[in-house]
Amino acid sequence: MLAIWKRELESYFKTTIGYVFMGFFLLVSGILFTFNNLFSGNGDIPGMLSSFSMVPIFLMPVLTMRLFSEERKNKSEQLLLTSPLSLASIVAGKFLAAFTVWLATLVGTLLFVVIVGAYGTLFWGEIVASYIGFLLMGACFIAVGELISASTENQVTAAVISIGVNFFLWVIDSVIYVVPGQFVSSVLEWFSIYARFDPFARAQLGFSGILYFLSFSMVFLFLTIRVIDKRRWSEG
Amino acid sequence: MIEIQNLTKRYGSKFAVRDVTFTIKKGEILGFLGRNGAGKTTTMNIVTGYISASEGRVLLDGHDILEEPRLVKRRIGYLPEQPPLYLDMTVDEYLRFACAIKEVKPGAVRAHLSDVCELVKIGDVRGRLIKNLSKGYKQRVGLAQALIGNPEMIILDEPTVGLDPKQILEIRTLIKRLGKDHTVVLSSHILTEVADVCERVVIINKGNIVAQDKLENLTRGIGESFRMTVRIAGSESDAKRVLRGLDGARYVESTGMKEDGAFDFIIESDRQFDIRKQMFNALAKAGLPMIMLRPSDVTLEDIFLKLTGDGEGA
Repeated sequence: MLAIWKRELESYFKTTIGYVFMGFFLLVSGILFTFNNLFSGNGDIPGMLSSFSMVPIFLMPVLTMRLFSEERKNKSEQLLLTSPLSLASIVAGKFLAAFTVWLATLVGTLLFVVIVGAYGTLFWGEIVASYIGFLLMGACFIAVGELISASTENQVTAAVISIGVNFFLWVIDSVIYVVPGQFVSSVLEWFSIYARFDPFARAQLGFSGILYFLSFSMVFLFLTIRVIDKRRWSEG
Repeated sequence: MIEIQNLTKRYGSKFAVRDVTFTIKKGEILGFLGRNGAGKTTTMNIVTGYISASEGRVLLDGHDILEEPRLVKRRIGYLPEQPPLYLDMTVDEYLRFACAIKEVKPGAVRAHLSDVCELVKIGDVRGRLIKNLSKGYKQRVGLAQALIGNPEMIILDEPTVGLDPKQILEIRTLIKRLGKDHTVVLSSHILTEVADVCERVVIINKGNIVAQDKLENLTRGIGESFRMTVRIAGSESDAKRVLRGLDGARYVESTGMKEDGAFDFIIESDRQFDIRKQMFNALAKAGLPMIMLRPSDVTLEDIFLKLTGDGEGA
């Protein structure tokens, strides 16, 4: 797993993908911070992260689109799948590499916290809570993107589908109210990432929220393993 | 030893391979021969654990690859038809990555890489990006990857496809060298390659095994006569008369003058009799020097075409 993590992480920065992701995220979040916080003299860090929450929907697929689709296209997955590595460790290694880039990007946004700290008072409890929530929400998007990348050979297809799915996860809260039937709305509710992020954005660090994000990511990573394994058994 | 037992892989209603059974003995160089689309790559992919069979199983020294994948995969090195390379890595980075995923002990990596790179002659490109290498070098890097971890068995799927003649000879020489310390399976549709490198051949056609034997047994089995071409300096009619007078000569035909004052003859004799000494003496006695003798025995091409059922190109 460590070898996969290291290779993927290096690959992000050998190509432009890692720089594009980090640069674009920090640029957009910097603009939002400037308008929402600096110009209005607002020192609300959880609110700041909440205002960033749309950005991963469109940007996270940049990190995840190539994870498996590129391996399939270049046939390099043959090296991985015929090695002694387990499928779970391959999937986990790739997930952790994308998560590391996401983590590093969020570390970059701490500059905004420093700026707020220079001119106002910081409430570390709520900053930590909101950052944990935002980080774990990103992990869910990575897991979803990895599953989609494992399902197609084309990176662009993977990116477009990922954006669509991420967007659906974002608007799901609004959809729940118009969907008839208790069962369907309960199922949809389970997928509502933003509903789970909301308490974090209001500086409430809840164990159930953390557990939800972790289990959401695990389910999608498990599905990724199943998709790859199913393809090996495929008779279609 | 690898035992491949009743391997079947279905895609819809089509069989990619069907009831394939053969063994790969320890220490041999086995040729796995078949046309494009005959089922070679599917079989190799199943044997290496890349895909799973619909039916049947693969055992390495009694260990099933599905039940003990880690143990079995550690003992098999695989070079697929398209080398599984990461183009954004240097050769050294790539091979170190291969060492890591194939569980080479960190302390042994340096010496192991040095040995492997020397063996496949890529020491001079270790620092270069793979995407900038020639096809021949990329193939060698793929081969080096297959050797990482020093697996007992090396499976090479069409390793010379797309290489120039010099590179092909180099890879073949390398495969022969590898055969001294490893069990090698060479999957190929190039008959001369298999004839040149392998001791035993398994022939697959339309997903079914149609023959498996030592090369010499296969070539011996197909015809009853021994065929050769001789070039004789002197009169065509005198030479034909001497040749027709030989005991055991079943067929003599002149193919005309191939160089000044010398004629070529095709001679078929009974496989039980070796008429070469007798022919040499008779021609010498008649003052007709024999300046060339070339056995034109049954070739792998003949066998292949016979077994695969028609005369279309392989």
